[in-house]
Amino acid sequence: MIGKHFFSETDIKSTWEQVLTAFWQRYPNPYSTHVLTEDVLFREVTSDNLLLSRRLLTKTNRLPRWAERIFPGKRSVYIIEDSVVDLGNRSLMTLTWNVNHAKLMRVVERCVFAGERDRPVWTRITREAWISSGVFGLSRPIQEFGLARFRSNQVKSMKGLEHALSNLQKASAVCPGDSAEKHKNTNSASKTQKPQQYI
Amino acid sequence: MNSVGEGCTELKREYDQCFNRWFAEKFLKGDRSADPCSELFLKYHTCVQKAIKEKDIPVEGVEFMGPNREKADS
Repeated sequence: MIGKHFFSETDIKSTWEQVLTAFWQRYPNPYSTHVLTEDVLFREVTSDNLLLSRRLLTKTNRLPRWAERIFPGKRSVYIIEDSVVDLGNRSLMTLTWNVNHAKLMRVVERCVFAGERDRPVWTRITREAWISSGVFGLSRPIQEFGLARFRSNQVKSMKGLEHALSNLQKASAVCPGDSAEKHKNTNSASKTQKPQQYI
Repeated sequence: MNSVGEGCTELKREYDQCFNRWFAEKFLKGDRSADPCSELFLKYHTCVQKAIKEKDIPVEGVEFMGPNREKADS
């Protein structure tokens, strides 16, 4: 298959439940200045208790100068992120891809966030991406650029997730009486602190 | 975080807050009671759909997990 392929596997020391809670709250964060908007378009809990969601993101489309000259015009990229949360298997699978500028370059990213049965305080994040370009004569440099940008974005994405996790952990540490259940602080903390807002 | 619809950000915020609370306190704990956010979602959704149409964002008719199916076939 023509194009670039990327694969990585990372373990982070947070429970799957924490990672998932942070996953929905990771924007904005200091590493996501290239993410301009975020919206939930669709959400559904299926009869077998899977949570399906679709999010729409707008991101800036920073191109290297040589590409800007060839492809002038509108910068923003629209991205769809579809996800399935499988509570029973402690697994979140996401598929993310751009719905415009696709001929120039198409990036499809598949992530799996899996809770480890043997190591419950860890979560494994598997990330795979396919980068392709349909531009005749330029597909190779475009794909190279795409892969480089993807790697850089992947680092920001992890930092952003860790930032959100850290905020959640700080928020649950505020109420010392709630040692049993980390997530129960929302009601008692809501008057003085809103853990979900990161504006 | 801003919504793609400039006037929808406040509605988005309200919905997100409701969802995040339900997600952590109910869904993740296996509580299958219906989520209390449907009304908030509807208001927010109506606003966003309007913005999507105005901005001509190509999300209409895109199959859920579409590219995953392409990967499976190739």
